[in-house]
Parts: sequence; structure tokens; C-alpha cells
Amino acid sequence: MSARAVTPSRVVGTAALVIAVLGPFIFSSYTAHTLLTQVFWLGIAAASLTFLSAYGGMVSLCQISLFGIAGFVVGNTVTTGEVKGLHLGWNPWLGVLLGLVVATAIGLLLGALSSRSFGIYFLMLTVVFAVLANYFFGQVTILSGFSGISGIQIHTPGVIGNPNLHPNRLYYIALVTAVIVYVLIRYIGRTPFGIALQGIRDDPVRMSSLGYNISAHRTVAFGFAAFIAAIAGVLFVWWNDHIDPATINLDAVINLLIVCVIGGLYKLEGAWVGALAFVLINNYLHDTNVPFVGGSFYTVIGVVFLAIVLLSPGGLLGIWDRVVLRFQSAPVAAAGPTDEAPSTSHQGTT
Amino acid sequence: MSDSTVQAAPQGSRWSPEQASHYASRGIAGAAAIFVLVWVLLWAPKTTYGSAVSDPTDFFRTFLDSITFAGLLFVVASGFTLIFGLMRVVNMAQGSFFLLGGFIAYRLQQDFAHGGGFGLTSDQVNLWQWVLPAVIAAGCVGIAGLGIQQAFLRWNQGQDLRQALITIAISIILADQMLAHFNAGNAQSISWPGTLDRFVSLGFGGIQYSLARLFMLAVAVVVGVLLWLWLQKTRTGMVIRAGVDDRQMVSGLGVNIQLTFALAFFVGAALAGFGGVMGGSFAGLQVDVGGQWLLNCLVVVIIGGMGSLAGAAVGAILYAFVFNFSAIYLPTTSNNCCTEYSVVFTFALLALVLAFRPQGLLGRAG
Repeated sequence: MSARAVTPSRVVGTAALVIAVLGPFIFSSYTAHTLLTQVFWLGIAAASLTFLSAYGGMVSLCQISLFGIAGFVVGNTVTTGEVKGLHLGWNPWLGVLLGLVVATAIGLLLGALSSRSFGIYFLMLTVVFAVLANYFFGQVTILSGFSGISGIQIHTPGVIGNPNLHPNRLYYIALVTAVIVYVLIRYIGRTPFGIALQGIRDDPVRMSSLGYNISAHRTVAFGFAAFIAAIAGVLFVWWNDHIDPATINLDAVINLLIVCVIGGLYKLEGAWVGALAFVLINNYLHDTNVPFVGGSFYTVIGVVFLAIVLLSPGGLLGIWDRVVLRFQSAPVAAAGPTDEAPSTSHQGTT
Repeated sequence: MSDSTVQAAPQGSRWSPEQASHYASRGIAGAAAIFVLVWVLLWAPKTTYGSAVSDPTDFFRTFLDSITFAGLLFVVASGFTLIFGLMRVVNMAQGSFFLLGGFIAYRLQQDFAHGGGFGLTSDQVNLWQWVLPAVIAAGCVGIAGLGIQQAFLRWNQGQDLRQALITIAISIILADQMLAHFNAGNAQSISWPGTLDRFVSLGFGGIQYSLARLFMLAVAVVVGVLLWLWLQKTRTGMVIRAGVDDRQMVSGLGVNIQLTFALAFFVGAALAGFGGVMGGSFAGLQVDVGGQWLLNCLVVVIIGGMGSLAGAAVGAILYAFVFNFSAIYLPTTSNNCCTEYSVVFTFALLALVLAFRPQGLLGRAG
């Protein structure tokens, strides 16, 4: 199980990265700047949930709220001359910093409140946080109100410029950020903190009797995930130019969950795989009408979601792992029993 | 207010951390409660009505609004907590069941009352044209819930998260189907029957109050009493209570627990559907209302303690009071302050309960 072993997953992953780097030169502007940039930030947002789920066993449904809080903070601090929000007109970098700090702080607070709840209780609690955050920004007109905040794109840092005029810059910034986030989460997973977190996921009672502070670990993990979600939120407002409470409503909460579940809730790569699948489905099937039973795109996505939950809890990556395993083990089985076949299965554990 | 207080650090105190946090929790919760009481009863400057002492009529009206809303909350949330307590299924589709019940009853009422069309007013609707649609709708939703439980949830027993995800998927599909078939994007309202849709004098300070809302409260009390009798006094109820404690042991004793599960899911879903009929008569139906009611259920059972019927009642009352009173007894000093921050108080209530009793007020630990 050497670190450099060439597995099908690594080949595909590398190929995907190469295509992503060449993206703006290969694809049309629409595909690259509208769809792929969206995949990158949506994947980062999903990764914050997948991190909590895969490493901490915490399925949090308020990641989109933390994402939105960062976006709202940026919108309120950097814009100027807009009707809505505080439009403070501060330095864009300061806005970004504040967005990340505020979202992380709120993440730590929510994490502290929910750190003693596990499993399904944790999920319910985070749903409540998410809906309350949505109502908060809907009601409090001084910060947003229902129409939200616009005109954020002209107040991005100079390096990025107006993403409308320089879409490639935002594309590469989102791509690089996504890669950094991926590497960072993988790294955190291997630190003593990450290992302890996984121990808590598997057996909180045993970890507690070993002297680990369960609540503190879960709280910090939640704060870290909030930070990741906040990064995605900042990229989102640069990309979208606009944020309003509908960005973080219950539909958005569920959409992010769908992204994670479609990709695979238990593997980090699943965040971007799911984001790609969701963006493509959303883009190309959005105007469908379901024959016979009636209904729209959401019936389709609900059925896809249901099918994945019922048939492949590991999502698309779970299917991929199974396919790879089948193709690899078939010739091995024919040649006789060896020790090599199970080496790829270490990733599939949940 | 209450959210500005910080839990006392346990280090270096004479008490153990558990004791310290115990006393701190009682202290903070008590102080918050006293402050709120003093604020509402005696002080409340610059609010819509002023304090309760200066304007008892509006205070009493807000009180009645809260307790009747709590009744509706209880009906829907008791179904949720019944399902959760017995099967550990977090039914994220409870809000969709609520809507479905409302829309079915709306359709039936339109068909029954030939006065017809969209502008059905209460004097065109007699009592049976409300009760019959309500009962049929509750039954239909119960059957739909039962079908979903048998088709998707039964063979995933014990997998909490997966079951929750399944119900989320169901709720997405249901919401979209209701949009397609019930015109759920537009607000629609079930009509109260004419006998209920009027104001009655309560003989207190000349208050006229909506009979329909009092009816809602009465229904909630009846539902609560019936559920209590069912759970405490019948054999099925005994099995359910035993199942809440230890499912495996109950089925090991030869009880057909699957039948009990099915029954509980039917009742839980039907309660949501019936709640939807009342909610649709009281505040109208629209597809977003489903999410709102999911939130309501979750808040009520998280506060009250999951799986506990009495907890659902306590949670419903607390939530309804915080919800209504924070909207009315916050100062209205400017355009942006402060009634629009009322949602913060729902969060504060939740945070207070969770910080000190993660299992909910009447929930059992673990």
C-alpha cells in the first residue's frame, strides 16, 4: 500500500485535475466560468459537510448557513452605495477576513451548543440552526432583508478584479482554493486531532475514557468546517454578485445535502464529484417535466436522491469503488488467491 | 438579553465542574425567566402594547394567541415525537405530511361545499363540510405515511441517518408533486365552518376572541388526552411504551412489533395531516409552509425532549410563547429595531435548553 501506487482512482483524479487546469482553454466560457467555477465553490461547501461526516460522524445541515453568513458579512462590509445591507465600503480583503472570522466564530458557538448531541439529534439541531439563520436574514432588513445584497462583484480584491470581466481569475482562484481545501482537510485528518476525531466518531465512550475531551474536539471540528464553508461562501458572492436569504433556505440546505450524498458522504472527493453531478443535472435537466406523474426537476432529483440513499449509501464514489474492486479482483481471482486485491478496499470503510 | 450571559468557568471553584455547571445553568435560566417576566408584566417600554399591567387586554390576547398556537404545534409535533420515540425515525417529511393533509382537505371542501370556487367563505361551509374533509385528509395522510414506512423505512430499521435521508428525499418529491397537482405555489386557505368562524366574548375585560382558535386548543387537548389514554391504558400503548424503552426485548417477547410500528407511523402521519387541516384553516397553505412546520416540529421536540408526549406539550407551549411574545414585546424604537430580531429569541430558547439539558426538558439522557 505504498503512497505512490497507481490506482484507477488516482489516475482519474489526476486526469480530472489536468482537465480542470486546462478548463478555460478546452471548454466554452459558459461551461468553464458558469458551471465549473460553480462546481469548485459548491464542492468546497460540500467538503465542509463531508469532512464533518466522514471524519467526525456529524452530519451537519447548517453548513450552507455558515457559508451564507460569510457571504452576507462580505456583502455588508465591502459594498458601497447599495440600497440594502450596511454597505460599509471597507477594503475587500478586510471583508474577506471578517467573513471568515465571523462565520468561524458562529460555527464554534453552534458547535459548542450541539457538541453534546450525536447522530440523528445532531442532524435535527443543525436543521433548526439553518432555518433560523434563514429567517434571521430574511427578517433583519438592516443586514439583508428578503431582496438581499447585490453589487458585490465590483468590490473584489484587486488580484481578482471584477469576475464578470476577468472570469478566468476567479476560475483559477476557486480551483486553487478547492485543491488547497482538499489537501488541508486530508492533512487535518492525519494530525493527532484528526485521528482523535475519527476515534470519537467510532466510539465516543472509549475515547472519553481514554481522556479525550469529546465536546472540545467536536466543537473545534465544527469550527474548522465552518471556516471551510465560509471560504466557499466568499467565493460564492464573488461568483454570484448577489446573496439573499433564499441562498440559505431549506431548499439550499437540502441541495447541499444532496450534493454530498450523491458524491458520497464518507469520502472527501465525493464533495466535488457530487457538486459536478449536481451542477450538470441542475443545468441540463432543470426545465424537464416528468411524464405521467407530473412534477418538475425536483421530482427527478428527489428520486435520484432516494435511489442513491436506498441503493448506494456511498454515493457515486461508492459505486466507483465497487466497480474498481470488481474489475481488479476478477483477474486476481482467476490467477489464484493473492494478497493484493484487498489493498484498494481500505478507502471504502464507513 | 439572555444570550449575552456566559456560562461560568468551572476552573478553580469549590464545586466540581458538573456541580458548577448545574448551578450556573439553574441560575442563568432562572435569571432569564425572571427578567422576561418582569419585562413583559411590568416594564416593556416602547413596545406595541406596553407592559401587561398597563394593557392587560392585549397581554391576555397575546397569551391566548400563544396557547392556541401551542395547541396546533402540539398536534403536529406529537405525531413527530410518537414516530421518533418508538422507531427512532426522524420524520423529516412531517412538514410535507402537514401540507398534504391541508391540500387534500382543501380539495375535498371545495367539492363538498357547492358554493364553490376559490372564494369559499365560512358562511358557505357547515360544520360537516369541515370535519369530514379533515378526517378523510388525516386518514389519507396516515395511509400515505404507512405506505412510505412499509416501502422504504421498514427494511432500514436501526439506520437512523439513512432513514432521515429517505424521509428528506420523500419530502422533496412530495413538495414538488404538490406544486404540480395542488397548485401549492399559491397561498390557499381552508375555510373554517361558519359555526366556528366568529368571535366570542370571554367575559374578561370585554375581550372578544376567535372561537376557531379556541377550537384548535380544544382539539389539541382532546388529542393529547386520547394519546395519553391510548399510551397508558391500552395494550397497544403498553407495547409502544415498552418499545420506546427496548425494541429488541419487546419483539423477543413475541410481540408483533412491526404491527405496532406500522400503527404508530399511521397515527403520527395522520396527526400531521390533521394538523395541516387546522393550520390551513388558521393560516393558509403554501409550499413553503411545509418547511416552516418541519422547523416547528423539530424545535418543539428538541426543547421538550424527543419521544416524550408530555415533552411535546411543554415544548409546544414554551415555543409558542417565545414565538408570539418576542414578536410583540420587543421595543419598536425604529424601523430596524427590534421586533424583527424575534427569531433570535427562538434560537436563544433552544440554546438555553440545549446548553443545560441536551436531551430536552423531559427527555431521557442517552
